[in-house]
Amino acid sequence: MDRFLFLTFGGLSTGAVYAAFALALVLIWRAARLVNFAQGAMAVATAYVGYAVASATGSYWLGLGAAVVAGLLLGALVERVLMRFVGHANPLNEVIVALGLVLVIQAVLGMVFGNGYRPAPAPFDTDALTVGGVAALSPYDLWVLGAVLVVVVLLALLFTRTPIGLRMRAAAFAPEVSRLLGVDVARMLTLGWALAAAVGALAGMLVVPTGLGLHPHAMDLVFVVAFTAAVVGGLDSPAGAVVGGLLVGLILSYVTGYLGPDTTPLAVLVLLLAVLLVRPGGLFSSAKARHV
Amino acid sequence: MTATRPSTRSDVDRPARPSPLRRLLPGAPATTGPRGSTLLRHLAGAVLAGALVVLLTNQLPPYQNLQVARVCAFLCVTAGYTVLVGLNGQLSLGHGALMATGAYTVALVQRGFDERGVQGRWILPLSLLAAVAATALAGLVIGLAAARLRGPYLAGVTLAVATLVPAVSTIFTGVFNGEQGLRFPAETPPAFLGAYFQPERWLAWIALLAALLTVLLLANLVRSRFGRSLRAVRDDEVAARLAGIHVARTQVLAFVVSAGCAGLGGGVYAVLTATVAPGKFPLELSLFLLMAIVIGGLGSLTGAVWGAVLLVALQDLPSLLTETFSLSGGLAQRLEGNLALAVFGLILIVVMLAAPGGLHGAVRTVAARLRARRRAPEH
Repeated sequence: MDRFLFLTFGGLSTGAVYAAFALALVLIWRAARLVNFAQGAMAVATAYVGYAVASATGSYWLGLGAAVVAGLLLGALVERVLMRFVGHANPLNEVIVALGLVLVIQAVLGMVFGNGYRPAPAPFDTDALTVGGVAALSPYDLWVLGAVLVVVVLLALLFTRTPIGLRMRAAAFAPEVSRLLGVDVARMLTLGWALAAAVGALAGMLVVPTGLGLHPHAMDLVFVVAFTAAVVGGLDSPAGAVVGGLLVGLILSYVTGYLGPDTTPLAVLVLLLAVLLVRPGGLFSSAKARHV
Repeated sequence: MTATRPSTRSDVDRPARPSPLRRLLPGAPATTGPRGSTLLRHLAGAVLAGALVVLLTNQLPPYQNLQVARVCAFLCVTAGYTVLVGLNGQLSLGHGALMATGAYTVALVQRGFDERGVQGRWILPLSLLAAVAATALAGLVIGLAAARLRGPYLAGVTLAVATLVPAVSTIFTGVFNGEQGLRFPAETPPAFLGAYFQPERWLAWIALLAALLTVLLLANLVRSRFGRSLRAVRDDEVAARLAGIHVARTQVLAFVVSAGCAGLGGGVYAVLTATVAPGKFPLELSLFLLMAIVIGGLGSLTGAVWGAVLLVALQDLPSLLTETFSLSGGLAQRLEGNLALAVFGLILIVVMLAAPGGLHGAVRTVAARLRARRRAPEH
């Protein structure tokens, strides 16, 4: 039972990171109708910036801020100089360009920082606190859950309570009509990319200390898991992304805990396939399943 | 500005662009001709290409022969892959894992015979056949799921497949020997070629035979009724279904064929080094393969040849650079591998933005423009 509780808490904590990452994927999907396969690589790049700043200034919080700002810039940059010019004749084009970006980013990181694992210290204690004799969440887990919660609330406020959020939703939902009504659709798209990359950067900063450290490929598996989480929740729904992230985090925690860490990729694939084959629109979609 | 490119390109290919249904009908007489002659023409082309490469391997030193062999091994993979992605429009990112399946099958079969002390020249073809069969089976399983998935969903699932290779090899350590991988007896030239026959040349011949067979079969497949079904499904699923094509079956079959080719390529690739290890089939391998067929030109077998050549050439780029310019140890270590990655990625992006048709498409566009210009003064 203790083991089960321990795995549950651990799953919630990693699930929160997957949720943040899935949220970034959902943001871009809603704004531009594409899955950003370069999300993981972009997050790693911003995490390198964050940890470079953190080690230079000695402050984790400055590093975190730098990573998020770098995410905003990188997202806007990728949209303005790259994705805007991809032909939409074939939906595969965007995926292929994003994969090219993955190769470039990982190669540049490897050339600048080397291919080895760099230590990435956590800002809080990662040892679990014991409550009533049961190992529960660690301070770091609490920080992760809190940070993701804040981001989710901020994004929800942005989209439902502010004029800019309304314009972003309109631009994604009906670009032509929005343009006629005076919305700068291209700028909204750039903003969507910037926001998504910033959320991805935060997720990257949160996930790196829990892994082996900073590495150009640190997010490869995280991306696949986050994609699964986004699909579980339905690519269209931010709330679904959060629930999907937590759910996937829990499932993977149990699988890893009871069957061993090597089985994680297999479990991800099985989960992804099961959701896609049974409910292609995601578990939380009210819309009709996609036409096949 | 690039958004208009694809349509102008297809205008060159198909002037009027009528309803997609028209593409389901047999092509104009000039393009296909009687079926037998197509096969004969492809056969003649294959024999000619084979003879040329055999003559070439005679002249080359061992390492270059090994490069030729690697090009041929990759050609098996890229040819099948381009049929799937280019002609059928299904983007798979798991072909590196399918290559691994083929490679491990070859290793397991060869080790199995070796441990029992069985020897013979028939073991190599048998193990390669087993590789094709095992991978085709894996392709059937993935394809059954793929037929229900579209675009980014399919890409995501196959990406998950690509991340599986190291996990599977460590879960079943007893069979696959984890990170160390498997070694098996190296392939040696037969005795009748003489004691001093270059082993690399023999390997190049094996790979060449596999590549020629693959390309020959695929070239005929592409020209057949099935090939037209593939393109019809890619262009418009509803129209294809109305024309009586079983869409899901066509997609699954495309996946099986392409997986079989990847398995053969992976098997030959394993034979070239007589080892298999999960580190040889990382996630990037799948991306490299994608880059190869995109650069070559999606949907044409000629493009697959370009792609395979580029793949091997670019993989050897970093060592070539470090040899040419004497770089300091640290810098060379950082550039090692990463430089090729960066070049791969940049090419992928630039080609996708500037010439979505790839090298093959660009050559055809330029040729068509030149022809149009030559014709223009007559008007």
